[in-house]
Amino acid sequence: MVQPILDALLLQAGYNAALVAVGATLLGVSAGAAGTFLYLRKRTLVSDAVAHATLPGVGLAFMAMVALGGDGRSLPGLLAGSALSAGLGLLAVDWIARRTRLAEDAAIGAVLSVFFGFGIVLLTVIQSLATGRQAGLEGFLLGSTAGMLYQDALTIAVGGAAALAAIVVLRRPMTLVCFDPDYAAATGIDSRRIDLAMMALALAITVIGLKLVGLILIVAMLIIPPVTARLWSERTDTVVWTAGALGGVSGYVGAALSAALPGLPTGPIIVLVSFALFLASLACAPRRGVLAAALAYHRFQRRVHRRQGLLALAHGEPILDPLTLRVLMRAGLMRPDRVATEAGRAQAAKALRDERRWQVARQIHSDDALAGRYDGLTPIETVLTPDEVADIDARIGGPNPAAGGA
Amino acid sequence: MSEEFVQLSLTPLLIGVLAAIACALPGNFLILRRQALIGDAISHVVLPGIVVAFLVTGAVSTWPMMLGAAGAAVVAVVLIEAIKRLGRIEPGAAMGVTFTALFAGGVLLLEQSDTSSVQLDVEHALYGNLESLIWLAADGWPSLLDPVALAGLPPELPRMAAVAGLIAVLTVLFWRPLKLSTFDEGFAAAIGLPTATISFGLVIVAAVAAVAAFDAVGSIIVIAMFICPPAAARLMTNRLEVQVLWSVAFAALSAVLGYVLAGYGPLWLGADHAVSAAGMIATVSGAILALACLAAPQRSR
Repeated sequence: MVQPILDALLLQAGYNAALVAVGATLLGVSAGAAGTFLYLRKRTLVSDAVAHATLPGVGLAFMAMVALGGDGRSLPGLLAGSALSAGLGLLAVDWIARRTRLAEDAAIGAVLSVFFGFGIVLLTVIQSLATGRQAGLEGFLLGSTAGMLYQDALTIAVGGAAALAAIVVLRRPMTLVCFDPDYAAATGIDSRRIDLAMMALALAITVIGLKLVGLILIVAMLIIPPVTARLWSERTDTVVWTAGALGGVSGYVGAALSAALPGLPTGPIIVLVSFALFLASLACAPRRGVLAAALAYHRFQRRVHRRQGLLALAHGEPILDPLTLRVLMRAGLMRPDRVATEAGRAQAAKALRDERRWQVARQIHSDDALAGRYDGLTPIETVLTPDEVADIDARIGGPNPAAGGA
Repeated sequence: MSEEFVQLSLTPLLIGVLAAIACALPGNFLILRRQALIGDAISHVVLPGIVVAFLVTGAVSTWPMMLGAAGAAVVAVVLIEAIKRLGRIEPGAAMGVTFTALFAGGVLLLEQSDTSSVQLDVEHALYGNLESLIWLAADGWPSLLDPVALAGLPPELPRMAAVAGLIAVLTVLFWRPLKLSTFDEGFAAAIGLPTATISFGLVIVAAVAAVAAFDAVGSIIVIAMFICPPAAARLMTNRLEVQVLWSVAFAALSAVLGYVLAGYGPLWLGADHAVSAAGMIATVSGAILALACLAAPQRSR
């Protein structure tokens, strides 16, 4: 069981399997990188409409090639037809969203389902043709590497590499348009054309990936890696290339597993590997992951309880909350018999004085800029300058904490 | 001709119309809430739900399939919400991640399980099989009053009728809460309506419609019915009541025209074989929407 998987991962499972794996990797890298810009532009599901809209093109291209006497299953021909069809779908989504009162999501759903429905009509027409060479067209629904030819794998690999090159060239204008379309326009970049370039990239990758992953799941390669990468970084370039790396790994591992284990279709495996990486990232990412969020929450909780505990000490009030007691004791501010330590009394006095300082500060600086900074936890010296703090202390009067307890 | 029509076309036609109406009703509110693609996500996860139900029960029978698909829809909705909240991911992307992963899981389970003994495959789930829902026990129009013949009706028809009726009743009953929470959620919450519960209920109803319709028109075509008739109706009027009526009319028209064109259109054109009824219904609904985009009175923003 393990040996076939190792063979596939090391590209030793046969020439065809190696070609498919390389093609899937390049496609995955391109899809992940291009998908990032769609994600940043919040147009992720447009790629779903584009993907489903390829089906009529496949059918029409097959019929056209057969009518011209050629082999209806030529991959470049089918992909060209699907590209035209997807392009029409893209234009339709754009037109409906801009020219009517319907929202973009309704336009996406309408185009997606209608083009797909028409594609199914064409598939049933083709099935009734007398040509006898239509077998396998349904492989475009879910992807199929069985029977993939050298030329097919080469088409996918070259297409993936070309898309990647386009991303490298266009990444700066695309980044600019994603974050500040108006500034982009002011510097001479045509936002609309860059948007179209983004969509064209997604379209190209969708079309290239049809044979490998299938039109229903190709959208996953454009969505899951960017969403995963976004959990790891706040920097656009890092997200783009992390998404590319994740897409590439998913494509490679998915294709290898599919080659090694009989009966596992390539597309679903690639998607599930990608999803597994997403779940792992959702759990473990350093800042935006669930574990990191839980840890941050607990740290915040302890800060709040520590602050409230100190204020209660300063006011001489009894503390009954178990967590507050535990936090204070662990910090050495309170003894097990619930009496404040020397350090505890000092910290309590400091906290109380800080509260008074904040009150005075908000009276002096009544503008929102300062008022918005007070969250009950932030020490005032991190917000105001030392002389401002001294001025506030002068207004308050009374003993300075540096002078020691009284 | 008349006998043949009742036997071969009447029940598929009725099932198609009922499925279209059942999906169009919640679709009106989904598109107004900008949740049109929830129908898309639900339709994709019907397949894994059905596969899991099959693996658990070992049979392709009605209620386990329905429960499996409905359960998958609920899981999908909860998962989308969880991903959105936990990862702070935008709704569209969270939806895309969820339904593609669940669909991929369903396909994988399907390939790995022994379903060769039953009619359970991806194409069936996607395309539907409307043409096969015929009424062989019928002998013509008098059979409508014949209890023996009525007992031979395809089970999809009473089931689809029950679901369509239920959804219509729920729409009428919850009209005011739905309308308020759709157009002014803040105000609805302020006067005490449980807006989150209403939203979840709407999604559940959409899931029920999708699940019930999938056998007839296939899970992908369901999306067309959730969106195209309500969207076309939206362009016809500014009044919600009238919009819903228009959407029902468009849904029924799409189903009837689509079925007729799929079955007889190729014959008129000299071809020998019918084409996919579900695909043609979706195509006709798209044509209706295109006409509305070009010529409807309230089409501009």
